[in-house]
Amino acid sequence: MLQIQGCEGDFVKKKDLLSIRKLKTYFFTYEGVVKALENVDLDIYPGETFGLIGETGCGKSITALSVMRLIQEPPGKIIDGQILFKGEDLLKKSEEEMQKIRGNEISMIFQEPMTALNPVYTVGDQIVEVLLLHKKFLGLSIRDIPKYNLLKRRKIKKKIYQEAFKEAIEALRLVQISDPEKVAKQYPHELSGGMRQRAMIAMMLACDPSLLIADEPTTALDVTVQAQILELMKELQKRKNTAIWLITHNLGIVAEMCDRVGVMYAGYIVEMGVTEKIFDNPDHPYTRGLMGAIPKITEEKEQLEIIPGTVPNLIYPPPGCRFHPRCKYAIDKCKQSPPPLVEVEKDHFVACHRYEEVKHSVVVKRERKA
Amino acid sequence: MIKSKKLEEFTKKHESKIKDIKHMLYLFRRSLLSMMGLILVLFVLLVAVFAPLLASQHPSFVEVTSERGTERIEERWSINFDEKLLPPNSEHLFGTDDYGRDIFSMVVYGARTSLKICLLVVIVSTIIGVVLGSIAGYFGGKIDEIIMRVTDIFLSIPGLILALAVASALGRSIEHVMEALIFVWWPPYARIIRGQILSVRENQYVEAARSIGASSWRVLFKHVVPNSFSPLLVQITLDLGAVLLVAAGLSFIGVGATPGTAEWGLMISTGRMHMFHAWWYVTFPGLAIFITVLGFNLLGDGIRDVTDPRLRR
Amino acid sequence: MTQDTILKIDNLKKYFPIKKGLFSLSKDYVKAVDNVDVFIKHGETFGLVGESGCGKTTLGRVAIQLIPATAGTIYFMGENLTELNKSDLRKLRPHMQMVFQDPSSSLNPRMTVKQIVGEPLIINEKLKGEALNKKVIELLYTVGLNEQHLYRYPHEFSGGQKQRIGVARALALNPDFIVLDEPTSALDVSVQAQILNLLKNLQKKLGLTYLFITHDLSVIHYISNRVAIMYAGRIVEVSKTKELFEKQYHPYTKALLSAIPIPDPKIKKKFKPLKGEVPSLVNPPSGCRFHPRCTKKMPICSKIEPELKEIEDQRFVACHLYK
Repeated sequence: MLQIQGCEGDFVKKKDLLSIRKLKTYFFTYEGVVKALENVDLDIYPGETFGLIGETGCGKSITALSVMRLIQEPPGKIIDGQILFKGEDLLKKSEEEMQKIRGNEISMIFQEPMTALNPVYTVGDQIVEVLLLHKKFLGLSIRDIPKYNLLKRRKIKKKIYQEAFKEAIEALRLVQISDPEKVAKQYPHELSGGMRQRAMIAMMLACDPSLLIADEPTTALDVTVQAQILELMKELQKRKNTAIWLITHNLGIVAEMCDRVGVMYAGYIVEMGVTEKIFDNPDHPYTRGLMGAIPKITEEKEQLEIIPGTVPNLIYPPPGCRFHPRCKYAIDKCKQSPPPLVEVEKDHFVACHRYEEVKHSVVVKRERKA
Repeated sequence: MIKSKKLEEFTKKHESKIKDIKHMLYLFRRSLLSMMGLILVLFVLLVAVFAPLLASQHPSFVEVTSERGTERIEERWSINFDEKLLPPNSEHLFGTDDYGRDIFSMVVYGARTSLKICLLVVIVSTIIGVVLGSIAGYFGGKIDEIIMRVTDIFLSIPGLILALAVASALGRSIEHVMEALIFVWWPPYARIIRGQILSVRENQYVEAARSIGASSWRVLFKHVVPNSFSPLLVQITLDLGAVLLVAAGLSFIGVGATPGTAEWGLMISTGRMHMFHAWWYVTFPGLAIFITVLGFNLLGDGIRDVTDPRLRR
Repeated sequence: MTQDTILKIDNLKKYFPIKKGLFSLSKDYVKAVDNVDVFIKHGETFGLVGESGCGKTTLGRVAIQLIPATAGTIYFMGENLTELNKSDLRKLRPHMQMVFQDPSSSLNPRMTVKQIVGEPLIINEKLKGEALNKKVIELLYTVGLNEQHLYRYPHEFSGGQKQRIGVARALALNPDFIVLDEPTSALDVSVQAQILNLLKNLQKKLGLTYLFITHDLSVIHYISNRVAIMYAGRIVEVSKTKELFEKQYHPYTKALLSAIPIPDPKIKKKFKPLKGEVPSLVNPPSGCRFHPRCTKKMPICSKIEPELKEIEDQRFVACHLYK
């Protein structure tokens, strides 16, 4: 059993693929220190789809970038915390070690496929690049090439490249691109948005990572194309048993795709658990407010529920629980100390001092239409 | 009492603007070189403004009718052959020239001349360039094509040669130099602002302005142009130095300032003959040019850094 | 045109020419809106739904003549907008306004809130000084802001507040009809809720008619009375909102509804996602534009374009499956 210090209700299980504990990431700017992440705790299990939801500015993307150690320093800096991936703390690794992990064991796909793909290289070349960095072909990796003399080098490079290219074509076929040989030779601007996103997914899954981070992967796509991509991701996950960490503000996608969900507010996780529980019967006041504010096709409402106030300024965040200024259950304790994320039921975590009272208060009855 | 209330209202009204300016000044202060540029420019400006107070000798302005019958105002300095070519001393800080005129006073008044040239050329060119470039960029289509072709034509005119031609045809004078320079200086401004406008006009607030009934002109000059101006601002500041160098150069080769005028380029030209036995004659006007152009360049760099959107919050 | 119709559009076409080069003879067009018929009643919220590139944004702008139409007629409050000259159109402007999608780019970053909200009043009603101030403050209160915000710049506000400023600007001239182009798409869920509530309340209070353009079906369900579904420049189905969600006729509508994820984990997807991509508007498919992706396609579908017909009370469909 791993020894983790200092968190209440120690709940790290060996089966966690990714365990983040008390992650703190700050940004040092002209106007002050932006305390973007303040004690983030979350777990992702192998092979599951985990959704991280929250509104703009709550820190979801920054959490992912922190895990990948892609935070720009300056102005950002990971101050404290632990990121355990397969048992090892990523924060203790060197840049070289991280490069071996990125693209290989943890991959990330981004929102805008046009800017994430390099416009001057063909799609096939970009997938080959990832493959060559992490895999061996014909028993050789590109790091072995310098060992040969100059004459042989060109020949070997060409051979390795050809093998890798074949695999790149297969990767494109896997993401249901109908003419992968042709597409591999095309440039990103020649493809539609949906195709580009598929190419991106192909690139990121080429090395069979155990964790795929998808940051708003379908926001820039049409609705029908989005449905195709989500279906694709589900299938690939089943086939390769990759865990998917889905970051989005679209609650519909989360409801459809995710096994478990974490809700983030102003830099920390307020609630985490199984999707049905979070959507149907949330226990944190913020999650409740959020679920009440979504228009649902299954309900008839005159007015949507509103969470009063606005998202706090992270340079001067409210003391104690950052949600307390907007919370109707807030008491003095909430202003003084930030609530820890506690496992209140099996696989259900809430960060609220008044969890018991909130849980038992009257919930607005939802009229469900057949 | 009333005064402080008015001040209060004023600050409240412009609170945001004040905050913005403070932020820009902060960024500016952080760059030592930009501050130096600002100080140099302000220094030259003050010298030009307070020239009469600083100089010990003063020129007189005489109306002159040239051979061609045109009327002009010429600068005349009193000559004193007893004091010719004196090295710098307590009475003449920069020494005297071959006509006994106090070089310090001439350099100080020269600041006026030079700044007048720079500012006039650049400001007029900017106005022409902005008007033409905005119309081309905003309305597009045939108007854009026509204006851009005209711009191309003007761009292919060599400025120096044009200045020489004008001088030989109409006589040498600073005014002619300025006119010639304006002729060839506006095209780059038109291009710069047209480029900016092509992207600014796609913003939704431009559409919004049309939807509330604003006429095309209002949209262009109240919404589009103000938001397209920043890259131009940097170019303008740097150009002030460039124009100064060109004007001084033209005066140096004999096109431009009429002999006897206190103009830095002209002074260097005349001082060439005396360079080895009266080093002060070329040195001080030369230094003046150097400081002024350096000031403009540093200031321009500073402004560019400050208006760089990536550095703002 | 009946008494209670505020906007009636017939055979509307909007084509954008594509420049092909200096010497080419033929011209290509982006047929953004291709023969659209639609009408909107006084006081209702009419939803317009479709994916990106279907022409809904263009339709919204042509409807209030922000862009001129290529062909067709637009009757607004009895006047044919397509036949008006510039100055008559300007007189009608105050009656039809627009709220834009992106709060960050729909407000001029160099103008204060007072200038932004006051500009329509300055241009059209020539208000000045104290009178202008008063009216602007009144408008700010209507949208939930106050006089403290008068002299601030857009970048100092959150997305939701910026959108409120946009709404205040649209209300300045007391319009009867407002086109809202994806007004909440760029906003967070909780902020969206505030804006939608505000829009609903304003409609009741001021008797406004809305054309609400969006791709979010949940929002349409919440806010609109009737809905039109648009695909590749044409309207394929029109219906009362409730009824659309109960039963869909056009195959695209069915596919669209099942493609959009619902924020309720208990409801699982029924249909497989639609194959293919949204067609290009330069060379749309022949006949019914949806036929290459349609699972119920018949031979006639690739030859003849189906017309929008009323098959039930207030239900219109453009599909050969229904006669």
